[in-house]
Amino acid sequence: MTTSRAAAILLVKELRLEFRTRELLTTTVIFALVVVVLFSFAFEPTAAESRRYGPGLLWIAFLFAGSLMLNPSFAREQSNETLDALRMTPIAPFAILFGKMLANFVFLAVAEAILVPVFAVLYNVSFSAVAGRLILVLGLGTLGLVITGTVFSAISAHARMRELLLPLLLLPILTPLLIASVEATASLLADQPELDGTWVAFLAGFDIVFLTASWLMCDYLLEE
Amino acid sequence: MKGRITLVLVAAALMVFAGFAALYVAPDEKTMHAIQRIFYFHVPSAICSFVAFFIVFVANFAYLATRKPKWDWLGVAGAEVGVVCCTIVLITGPIWAHPVWGIWWTWDARLTSTFVMWLLYMAYLLLRGFLDDPQRKAMFSAVFGIFAFLDVPLVYFSNRLWRTQHPQPVILGGSNSGLDPMMGKVLLISFVAVLCITAVLIADRYRLEQLRTEFEELRFRSESRDAERARKIPQAAREARVE
Repeated sequence: MTTSRAAAILLVKELRLEFRTRELLTTTVIFALVVVVLFSFAFEPTAAESRRYGPGLLWIAFLFAGSLMLNPSFAREQSNETLDALRMTPIAPFAILFGKMLANFVFLAVAEAILVPVFAVLYNVSFSAVAGRLILVLGLGTLGLVITGTVFSAISAHARMRELLLPLLLLPILTPLLIASVEATASLLADQPELDGTWVAFLAGFDIVFLTASWLMCDYLLEE
Repeated sequence: MKGRITLVLVAAALMVFAGFAALYVAPDEKTMHAIQRIFYFHVPSAICSFVAFFIVFVANFAYLATRKPKWDWLGVAGAEVGVVCCTIVLITGPIWAHPVWGIWWTWDARLTSTFVMWLLYMAYLLLRGFLDDPQRKAMFSAVFGIFAFLDVPLVYFSNRLWRTQHPQPVILGGSNSGLDPMMGKVLLISFVAVLCITAVLIADRYRLEQLRTEFEELRFRSESRDAERARKIPQAAREARVE
């Protein structure tokens, strides 16, 4: 079986699992909403200030929500030792990792699709004129987040205190991604919205570097 | 053992000499005066932390390629010593910056990347503490170490890009430009001294990790032998009674 087909089957499996429980998506969305609401209490921003700080707030919410949401990705496989079953199947180890990355990408993208409009309404900013470009930035940023996050979720699943450990591993690694995503999003919220190509290229570079690294190292992550 | 003692003595002598040279031999800096002398330990520590983290990267890579535990020992030794050097940099930096820049800290590209690097390798050490199985600990921390190492240039690059787009007050940055020849010599001496101490610490930490592993193995072996014996004794007694 080809890697892409195996990854697609695993993606469907993850989506089905999530569709039946809806645990992950609900908690992620609600958590991100809590962050967004808390922000308004902490800073009481005016419309101009929301435009200034909004991108940063949005990405902080995504990063925190992501680092919580990615935890069960591998930990969930442990309760019934289903990861061993996956390992025994005659597919490339990267297919397992990649299938999970895709599933996490879908979950986080759905959460973002809910959160961004709510954010726009609550903070009086308009994304409608730049929707296409915003989706590009969100996509590239989210991709980088789930690539590194899924790898670290495989690591932290075997550790004690894994819920605490994953954000600790993930968030420092994501600092360049945070800067690039926030700057690219901010360039879309300016008075003359123009997508900053440098940051988009940087995000793409980040994704490529870590996707390649996880492709090269997935054998070590998934062996018993 | 003899080599280690020699190295420790050389490092200690060099350190005393470097301290003397930095305080009394190096010429006084025109505008910063005495506080500038912290530079003779700040810069060598920074370079040594990079050297140590590079050793971690090489060790991680070699571990994944060969699966020999010695590379894991080198990895943890390098990371711990590198974090210590990095901590020294992060402490001496603000001590110097406060009188010279007027602030303890600024989110400049170099400062920020050093701080993030410190966080990354602290995470590496914490991760090791939370993984119990020794083989898995070595494997996973090697993977994380490689990710962290790949991230450092990205952190630096993103911060540079970010800061150059946002103008900020000009800072007395490149103090290396036009360094007095005497200052250069003193810097070289203290660099060699700090590098020697780094080497001693890494070697010692490596040995400690090696001993710890051997001890664990011996304890495991003796415990399983005791268990074996405990199982055999009642059996022997039973056999004796039958006779």
